[in-house]
Amino acid sequence: MVIYGVALLSFCMLVGVLVGDLLGQVMQVEANVGGVGIAMLLLLLLSNLGGRDAALSPITERGLGFWSAMYIPIVVAMAARQNVAEALSGGWMAIVAGVAAVAASFAMIPVLAHFGRESRDDS
Amino acid sequence: MILETLQRVLENNGLITAFMFVGALVWVSYLISDKLTRGKVHGSAIAITLGLVLAWYGGVATGGSRGLSDFPLLAGVGLMGGAMFRDFAIVATAFGADVRALKSAGLMGAFSIVIGVALSFVIGVVVAFAFGYTDAIDLTTIGAGAATYIVGPVTGTALGAGSDVIALSVAAGLTKSVLVMIGTPFVAGRIGLDNPHSALIYGGLMGTTSGVAGGLAATDPKLVPYGAMTATFYTGMGCLLAPSVLYLMVRGIF
Repeated sequence: MVIYGVALLSFCMLVGVLVGDLLGQVMQVEANVGGVGIAMLLLLLLSNLGGRDAALSPITERGLGFWSAMYIPIVVAMAARQNVAEALSGGWMAIVAGVAAVAASFAMIPVLAHFGRESRDDS
Repeated sequence: MILETLQRVLENNGLITAFMFVGALVWVSYLISDKLTRGKVHGSAIAITLGLVLAWYGGVATGGSRGLSDFPLLAGVGLMGGAMFRDFAIVATAFGADVRALKSAGLMGAFSIVIGVALSFVIGVVVAFAFGYTDAIDLTTIGAGAATYIVGPVTGTALGAGSDVIALSVAAGLTKSVLVMIGTPFVAGRIGLDNPHSALIYGGLMGTTSGVAGGLAATDPKLVPYGAMTATFYTGMGCLLAPSVLYLMVRGIF
């Protein structure tokens, strides 16, 4: 049933967010630490559990597939509710800081990706 | 009478109105992609950029902080694009992700989060210093804002920074988030962002969940689970490092 897929997804997300919130409290930071990441790992774990016998039925998978396909429209809605006006009204310093941070981070990707691959080849 | 009733129906069914509105926006975007750029600029990249432009207009027109969704008619866009649905959809993209790719790049992904926080922080501090800030708390708060717009205010509040500096740190983080959404598809080819391995590193370095979610959607949706996986740990890591280790380092220098 489609609802089984949606329920599985909901279960994973709630457990992940709960664990992330608790992690944040343990680390004494006012933020959720990796909740979504934990939820994703849990979903991967549960959906691969038991191999072929306990595999999700195609209809159950549709409950997951629908929300996965809704990802881009949801991101478009997310873009439309960003506080862009405030980002631009912060003055030059905020804009320069944001732009410089992004540029440096982009430039760092090939460096780390290369480094990561090399160390893997060595091992 | 018809207009008033229509408005009431649309407002009372906000989320459904949002589905229709976003659907129309995506349709227009793919039309632009197809006809005006001959498919060179991806439709979702155009849709996200249009969304941001509309968000800017909404903010200027209403004076609110939630972009287009501050118009009562489009309040549902705020729900649809809020953290709850965003995270739900991100988790859903994990279904079918390659577990081996995650495992093989796991350590590198963790490493990239620490590098990412430190790199953005240092750049934020340097820029703030160049603009005349010399107080260690101000510098740390703005540096933290360059990480994400959540790390900035959390750090500023913890250290007792002024509200003007906290506002600046939020603006720096928002600028970063918006730029990652728009910029990623344009630099993806040059920085080798075309496989799960580099997507994991990208998520760890950028860290802004919204930015990474939008940037990868516009580049290659297949890479979303990998980038989102590392990005989701970034804000927590930033809130941990910025008010503690990084602040002490800044205070030692200035």
